[in-house]
Amino acid sequence: MAAASEKRSVGLRLFLNGFVAVWLIIAAFPFLWTLWGSFKVELDFFSIADWTNALTGHRTQEVYGSSFTGTGYHGAWVQEEFWRAVINTTIVCFCVVCTSLTIGTLGGYALSRSGYRYTFWLLITALIFRAIPPITLVSGYMLPLFEWNLWGILPTSIVVLVAINQPFTLWMLHSFFQNIPKDLDESAKVDGCTQFEAFRFVIIPVMWPGVITTGLFSFLLAYNDFAVTSMLLAEENRTMIPEIAAFLGTTYTEGNVMFAVAAVVSATAPLFVLVLLFQRQIVSGLTAGAVKG
Amino acid sequence: MLLCIALPLVSVLVQSVHTPHDAVLIETKNCGPFGCKMATSIDQDATATLRESQPLGEFVGADIFLDRGHLAISEVADTWRSSDGLGPFFAGLGNLPFYRAMGFTLTYTFVVTPLLIILGLMIALAVNSLHRLFKGVVIFFSLLPMIVSPLIGSLVLFWMIDSRGILGSALQWMAGDPDLSLKASTGLTWVMLIVYGVWHAAPFAFVVFYAGLQTLPKDQLESAMIDGASRGQQVRYVVIPHLMPLVTFVALIQLMDNFRVFEPIVGFNAEAHATSLSWFIFNDLGGETRLLSSAAASSVLTIIGVAILLSPVLVRTWRDFKGKA
Repeated sequence: MAAASEKRSVGLRLFLNGFVAVWLIIAAFPFLWTLWGSFKVELDFFSIADWTNALTGHRTQEVYGSSFTGTGYHGAWVQEEFWRAVINTTIVCFCVVCTSLTIGTLGGYALSRSGYRYTFWLLITALIFRAIPPITLVSGYMLPLFEWNLWGILPTSIVVLVAINQPFTLWMLHSFFQNIPKDLDESAKVDGCTQFEAFRFVIIPVMWPGVITTGLFSFLLAYNDFAVTSMLLAEENRTMIPEIAAFLGTTYTEGNVMFAVAAVVSATAPLFVLVLLFQRQIVSGLTAGAVKG
Repeated sequence: MLLCIALPLVSVLVQSVHTPHDAVLIETKNCGPFGCKMATSIDQDATATLRESQPLGEFVGADIFLDRGHLAISEVADTWRSSDGLGPFFAGLGNLPFYRAMGFTLTYTFVVTPLLIILGLMIALAVNSLHRLFKGVVIFFSLLPMIVSPLIGSLVLFWMIDSRGILGSALQWMAGDPDLSLKASTGLTWVMLIVYGVWHAAPFAFVVFYAGLQTLPKDQLESAMIDGASRGQQVRYVVIPHLMPLVTFVALIQLMDNFRVFEPIVGFNAEAHATSLSWFIFNDLGGETRLLSSAAASSVLTIIGVAILLSPVLVRTWRDFKGKA
């Protein structure tokens, strides 16, 4: 059956495969190029004379004796103390994911199990808040944070990120819990569980796929955030992304773009691993809301 | 049982009150600059919060409040004054920073969204026809532009498109103009940002459409074939109608996301040629003088924009809910 209905002409197949190849190049080439270039000196990365310099590392060879050099990384990690930003990012991401998952799980469960009208309004509110650009909320946070002298420290931005992240987590976990049949908790309760025990012993064991997916997306949000962290964190507490942006501010004058390039590669690497490990969950999370319409 | 449900619900309420509180706060601040004009949109809660936050707000001082509010008012006044003809009206609008930002945001949103849907659909159709072994690899690489943070992604492209970078050099060579620089002209900057936007968001559309294609009923395709439909017709009359709900879903999500375009502008260093609403707020917040109230004012306007964009979804969801209940 498949053979008959899915046979394509050679031309069409060539075209389709060619299209995929072009797309792959468009999608992946910039990253490979930057990764390759991050081991070069700036004159190779931005080669005015000849673009093949960037491939062969002509100038790098002249300066360092080999066509690869780790000076960009050394400059970024040791000289500019990028590791500090990495530690900050780790703290922020971990706290944001844990907090928003805890609240989101309880909240999403409750919302999916209660049939009242206000749940609809809560979810709609969540949707609206998801649509609002985070930066607009940040402008609301700034003044009180200044007044209470909370500006610039990590916990503050964690709280803000959780708050911004929460509508999304809630919405997503709500739809996951909606997929867990109500009969499960009901039969647990018939067997003598309280509502909380039903949640603890029946729902928690089956909810992990949804929670992991949601956690992934919360992580991505915290990791990728620029608007909130760049506004709310003092210089010594910056996370990776604002730190890179700050690199650009200083490096363009110093003529040392390679620090920023190395930092960008370092910041992309964890994401690369993440996609590699959790591709299935990411795809399912992206489509969870969609396929149901 | 009610109690047991209520307990988690309290946590929900607490945290869902958490975010609204900030939104209300924004509106309160805006109450000053806009006076009675915006008063209609302010909750009763907002005034309550205003009273709570009044001791904090007083530090700023009423004078500065009025000054910064003045900026916004004069913008609106300018717009009104120049509204005698359509041509000069838009030209006048273009000179005002807020409306320039608005113009770019809207252009970006409404150009990027259709393009990325088309591109995503094409990739999904093409990938779907691949051998199973390749699919995983292709999906992996396709996810990359979306997963990396927008700032990093735009920086990566920015370095390539620099007049000394590989793409920049290639474009110069193709155009035969050694002085060509994408960064120097407004139009090309816009094109660059839009291309970036499509590059960044197409994977999302691709993944969603790809998942939709997996649920495509085989027998419909077969019956279409028996009826003599060509491959193009099959796609046109069977596949696309099947994916239509997903198209609206993607369009809505992307409308929301593109409306808050911000990081690419920072990454591409494109502030001189293109500013978005989000960047506008960011600019007010950052810098030497933190123009908090000005930022708050533009925040409110942005939120109104979002609300207008979202209203079709809200109406639809409301109808769905009504239908279910």
